Amino acid sequence: MNTGQDFRALVISVVCEVAPDVDPAAIDPDAPMAEQLDIDSIDFLNIVVEINARTGIEIPERDYPKLSTLNDAVGYLSRAQALLTRQ
Amino acid sequence: MSDFVMPSLGADMEAGTVLEWYVKPGDTVKRGDIVALVDTSKAEIEVEIFDGGVIDELLVPVGERVPVGTVLATLHPVGAEVPVPVGATAAPMPAPAATAIAVTAPPASPAPAAAPIPVAAATAGTDHRIRVSPLARRAAAELKVDLSEVSGSGPNGAITKADVERARTGPEPPTPVERPPAPAPARATGDRHAAMRGAIGALMARSKREIPHYYLQLEIDVGRALDWLGDANLQRPMNERLLPSVLLLSAVARAAAEMPEMNGFWTDGAFRPGDGVHLGVAISLRGGGLIAPALHDADEKSLDEIMAGVRDLVQRARAGRLRSSEMSDPTLTVTNLGERGVDLVHGVIYPPQVALVGFGAVRERPWAIDGMLGVRPVVVATLAADHRASDGHAGGRFLTLIERRLQKPEDL
Repeated sequence: MNTGQDFRALVISVVCEVAPDVDPAAIDPDAPMAEQLDIDSIDFLNIVVEINARTGIEIPERDYPKLSTLNDAVGYLSRAQALLTRQ
Repeated sequence: MSDFVMPSLGADMEAGTVLEWYVKPGDTVKRGDIVALVDTSKAEIEVEIFDGGVIDELLVPVGERVPVGTVLATLHPVGAEVPVPVGATAAPMPAPAATAIAVTAPPASPAPAAAPIPVAAATAGTDHRIRVSPLARRAAAELKVDLSEVSGSGPNGAITKADVERARTGPEPPTPVERPPAPAPARATGDRHAAMRGAIGALMARSKREIPHYYLQLEIDVGRALDWLGDANLQRPMNERLLPSVLLLSAVARAAAEMPEMNGFWTDGAFRPGDGVHLGVAISLRGGGLIAPALHDADEKSLDEIMAGVRDLVQRARAGRLRSSEMSDPTLTVTNLGERGVDLVHGVIYPPQVALVGFGAVRERPWAIDGMLGVRPVVVATLAADHRASDGHAGGRFLTLIERRLQKPEDL
């Protein structure tokens, strides 16, 4: 679990678990997922918790806005992973 | 012999369609077991059985829409003198009462059963339940794909829409299956949407016609509550963090416990207090519509328990997996439209309940405290209440109690 592609697949898979009617191919990677996919705060919490469970990456509450679009989320996770690896 | 009937899963439900039987004749069931998946016009609900026994006969086939109260299945009480089918256990247990299904009783959610629950997708002939997303189920109905022949690639082997489409266009030619999913006229997406609007419309029209609503609103400074929450969340691992809406729910539940006239039902010309505070949590459904399942005994739950309960309800509501006991007995509904950016909600009460509490968005506002002007995070709480059951004086007190609770988040 360390490439952008892996993170992309992971985020999409988690999002689709929380929002089963979402068509993965139809996600606009640069639009906020909350509005686009009708994700509310509890859905979002379920998403970040599941991402944490699968990757071990800790996401502080203040960073939640940095995962608002698919591309943002992939970028955030990639950077977080890189930091973890360097340590 | 007792009957298992189509339950009323909310005041707006007149009929339901069995989508799946999880039991077959000869299966032993106990109270709280999920025995069928039922489609109301609003959602797919897992229906729990109220009494244990041995399933005798399934009377309503998958796909048939029947009115509330129709006998769906018959069962023999366990231990009765019946021809016990092979595999069924005849444990010496007292014969259960004749009533068959939890409609208004608020049983605590059944604890995880010690014994494995004998479930079977009756149409599939397999001995495990097929996990299917509602979207996939609809697609299967439209494409005439037999779900028992689809292998799932989703979480925990769940069948997704893509799996259904693959099964349709897969290497095997789409030969007519022997037992196609029963024709379910209301399953097409458009019809379903119309049915949901119809159900909501009928209930809300009844509310507006019958309930003399009065409305109150109160601006509440939630600065202390949010500060407390931020500090608390810093100490918590990710999966235990709390959302602000949990504080609001807890404050309402605790205030409702002090104001019984806000918590209960108006039926047969009289007010009947709820037997506990079972908060209806309004949840918007994916693709439109809403549903307000019950968070049982919310006034006795800790913030962590409320958080876990709400997360679970939202996840299951949106995935189409609510249970019958959650649908039938909320005593007071809370709706939070703040996330959609509105300032306040003028609620419409869910009959036969007598009140609805609404919250708008938390916004930073100029706020006078001790003769000084400051900026504080403020939320507008509204109350829509039934004038037959209470007056504005009581309603005002209720909102004030909610406000007071929110000033002491550490006690929530």
